Amino acid sequence: MDRVPVLRLGGLLLVSIQVDLEDSTALALQEDLSQAVVATGARGVLIDISGLEIVDSFVGRMLSTIAAVSRVLDAETVVVGMRPAVAITLVELGLDLAGVRTALDVERGMRVLGSTTAPRADGLPLAR
Amino acid sequence: MSARGGGDEVPIAADADVVRVRQLVRARAQAAGLGLVDLTKVVTAASELARNTLVHGGGGTARVEAVAGTTAGGRPRSGVRAVFVDAGPGIPDVRAALQDGWSSGTGLGLGLSGARRLVDEFELTSGVGSGTRVVVVKWGR
Repeated sequence: MDRVPVLRLGGLLLVSIQVDLEDSTALALQEDLSQAVVATGARGVLIDISGLEIVDSFVGRMLSTIAAVSRVLDAETVVVGMRPAVAITLVELGLDLAGVRTALDVERGMRVLGSTTAPRADGLPLAR
Repeated sequence: MSARGGGDEVPIAADADVVRVRQLVRARAQAAGLGLVDLTKVVTAASELARNTLVHGGGGTARVEAVAGTTAGGRPRSGVRAVFVDAGPGIPDVRAALQDGWSSGTGLGLGLSGARRLVDEFELTSGVGSGTRVVVVKWGR
């Protein structure tokens, strides 16, 4: 099973999903992220889904769960980079991504998270 | 509507098969000339249905094929058809299962009703003990 890397950028965690997610990979990401939030004390989680060609109800629920768990752990989540066709499909599917904040791109997402920290070019993967 | 042949049938027995079904439907939809939004919709619908086959049907098969037909105005059109079959417990009340919010308890209750909204044709046959068969078609514009 592939794992999606979680990168640390200053006080933020950055996840860029670049693979066609298997359900088990999505569940693993959920766990990895909540552990990383606690391990790093990150206050913000940025999830880039520009590489995702679809978001179905399973992935939608994963995003909502990540946002809810992070909030409980005192971190804010922003999902960025959703493709227009994915947004149209999500709405028609009936998913509202309850509790998930979105922004158009990484830069705007960082602004939403109130971070002025520039991403490090060598964002270090976290130990698992 | 006629099938053009050359369809693919793949087993749905694990997570990775759901991804494979998505990729197959994408390739067929692309070949049929579907636009990006329609393509995204049918791939999303296929993802929901393949997962249903796996999780609720206990596994099964997906058949994906190109179809040709004509519009109401007599213009030729092409599309993609996907057929999901399982030999699982079946759905006791199909009408209820197609309502938003109906759920067997493990999901959001959007799988079936949501998938139906994303395609042009949707047909579900199911009986208790005799499995479930779902056929969807998405046409190019």
